[in-house]
Amino acid sequence: MISKKNSKVVPIVLDGKEVEVPEGINLVDAAALHGKEIPHYCYHPQLSVAGNCRMCLIEMGTPMRNRETGEAILDDDGSPKIGWVPKPVIGCATNVSPGMHVKTESEKVLGCREGIMEFLLVNHPLDCPICDQAGECRLQEFATDYGRGYSRFVERKNVKPKRTRLGPRVTLDDERCILCSRCIRFCQEVPKDDVLGFVDRGSFSTLTCFPGRELDNNYSLNTVDLCPVGALTSSDFRFKMRVWFLKDADSICPESSAGCNTTVSSREGELYRITPRRNDLVNDSWMPDSGRELYKSVKSDDRILSSHIEQNPCTTDEAMVEAIRLLKGKNIGIVGSCKSSLEEQFLVNQISKKTKAKNYIRGHFAEDDGILLSADRTPNLRGALVSGFTQKYPKDNLLSLSQSLGKKQVDALLVIDEDLDAAQVDAANLDGVPIVFIGTQANTTSNRASVVLPSLTSFEKSGTFVNRSFYAQFFRQAVPGPAGILPDLSLLSRLLNGLTEDEEIIPDQNSVWKLMNSVRGSVLKGISLTDVKKEAVLLDSSKWSDLPFVEAKALHFEPIQKVEA
Amino acid sequence: MAKTVVLERKPLSLSERTYLPQIATGLKTTFSNMFKKNVTLQYPEERPVIPQNYRGVPTLVKDPNNREKCVSCQLCEFVCPPKAIRITPGEVPEGEADREHVEKAPKEFEINMLRCIYCGYCQEVCPEEAIFLQQEYSSSGYSREEMINNKEKLYELGGVVPDKHYKWDKKKKAEQEGNSH
Repeated sequence: MISKKNSKVVPIVLDGKEVEVPEGINLVDAAALHGKEIPHYCYHPQLSVAGNCRMCLIEMGTPMRNRETGEAILDDDGSPKIGWVPKPVIGCATNVSPGMHVKTESEKVLGCREGIMEFLLVNHPLDCPICDQAGECRLQEFATDYGRGYSRFVERKNVKPKRTRLGPRVTLDDERCILCSRCIRFCQEVPKDDVLGFVDRGSFSTLTCFPGRELDNNYSLNTVDLCPVGALTSSDFRFKMRVWFLKDADSICPESSAGCNTTVSSREGELYRITPRRNDLVNDSWMPDSGRELYKSVKSDDRILSSHIEQNPCTTDEAMVEAIRLLKGKNIGIVGSCKSSLEEQFLVNQISKKTKAKNYIRGHFAEDDGILLSADRTPNLRGALVSGFTQKYPKDNLLSLSQSLGKKQVDALLVIDEDLDAAQVDAANLDGVPIVFIGTQANTTSNRASVVLPSLTSFEKSGTFVNRSFYAQFFRQAVPGPAGILPDLSLLSRLLNGLTEDEEIIPDQNSVWKLMNSVRGSVLKGISLTDVKKEAVLLDSSKWSDLPFVEAKALHFEPIQKVEA
Repeated sequence: MAKTVVLERKPLSLSERTYLPQIATGLKTTFSNMFKKNVTLQYPEERPVIPQNYRGVPTLVKDPNNREKCVSCQLCEFVCPPKAIRITPGEVPEGEADREHVEKAPKEFEINMLRCIYCGYCQEVCPEEAIFLQQEYSSSGYSREEMINNKEKLYELGGVVPDKHYKWDKKKKAEQEGNSH
């Protein structure tokens, strides 16, 4: 985000008040820094400037100078004379310069806005009652703030197609489009998939895909968030829920180690959509489409909803007693998870230390798209390093566990949300080894496990993920979990307590963070939970600089350069 | 402290002590009413005339073309003070001849009459003039479930009302007469 902290500042005069703004920013952002809104549609801080909506027209002037001598021309009272530009200029394409004068509230400016609003609404269908954007629509907001208040348009409005399919996830309502071209610029500039364009002329101008193409890239739904009006709608969220019912929670996308900041919206405990949240250090304002689907896992068919002993449903207390009985005094192997939060991984590691267990962890890798879907498809692999659960970089298999099982070095397993069969663990080696499984979704391991303890998805709990750039980011609970399911932290602290009869660890974020801070040599020293809750905190990653991280160069991410010896 | 004052009661006069004048006055009122028009109604056989702006049971209405007017914008659900309204929005499939241009309609629409306080906010807020508190005032049932009016019941209660706008017909006309694309 543009902040006042930027190095070089220039003085400008904003509505008669002298203020300082960072050098090189445009007037829309400069005014926003000082609490003045310059309404705009086509301008987006993370896209190129198009300047076609004309909503941000303002009056601008610069101190006059003598053309020959270059000296400032002074007024009668000794102040520099301002040469006002005779016509209004657009704020988005005008950068600040020292001594610049700007009027954002003059009569001329207000008149301009009124006129532009009137033109934009000429062919607007006014179907707010059915429009998904209603409630978060710039057209609604600016019409009330800067519009004329009534329509002088008596002619018949244009009728355009209302449900054009642009791609598998995006539906276009042509009548609502104001031709701001944000979506076109986004596709060109961020996913570099130039697929959208305008065809036809005048009031029949239409957004469309190039012939034979579809808006089907993995970032297509960002155009829906970008759209200042209700023209681009998400086929998934379309007509599902009005936005004013939704409660938002700040979350982190668990899809990959990119750690996109997201807003998870729910109503009455039901999740409806995931949208990106602006963080200029991590994901700008974007996120992949695939990450937006993840809320469906909360209500999926394979969700584990109750504790099981030998596949028979039981209470959590019974399952916990049985789990402790199975693990106690054995040579435990613990399979951690890169999907667990930092706090959970720390507690798992505590269990491992106290019971002298062996740690295993598997990485989940796939193709890197070079933007916001990284090769590491788990949100918190670096958390496993930071929490001390593993020192080595995880492989995409658990062959080492398979070997240990074969050599009978491990005779009981605690598995956190991992599928051992998929991780190439020899099924023959698992015979006779009791497995305690903690996880959200059923898989072959949970089907084989002696004790299954259900846990919560990242939408139902809060915690910290460490992303690919070693930013520790906090995610908040969006919805309550299914009845009777304990948070992972409680499960783990009860297991720890049962296995060691040690003093109890209070299963809340604060006490776990205090413990994490007290670990000797931890990179979390001096960082409190409050800091992480406030904003992304960059951790010192020098300790792990020679690990073979799989992520490729991407948006806001540079792989660590290995120094060749 | 307020002072307590004891008032002497006036002694009753002779006529007051006989009570006869008072009885006569009472009987006069009784007999005069026997010759006036009845004010009570034999409910439920007789029903009162309901005034024009009466706020009865909320209902959903259709326009004279028998189209449902509600587009499930959920503003009534939002504004309802006792949260009696619950709407499940739904999409109208493309290509229905009688519902051209209509994109959205409620899949389910429930009003819990045990919660409803007949305030009329839903009628006031409705941008499509689809919900009206009409003249029906007596709703009863044997169970709580029965007191939740579903979409079918609401349309049955609402019936068809005259329409000033014919919104969708106008849109169709605009499309046919050259403003289409």
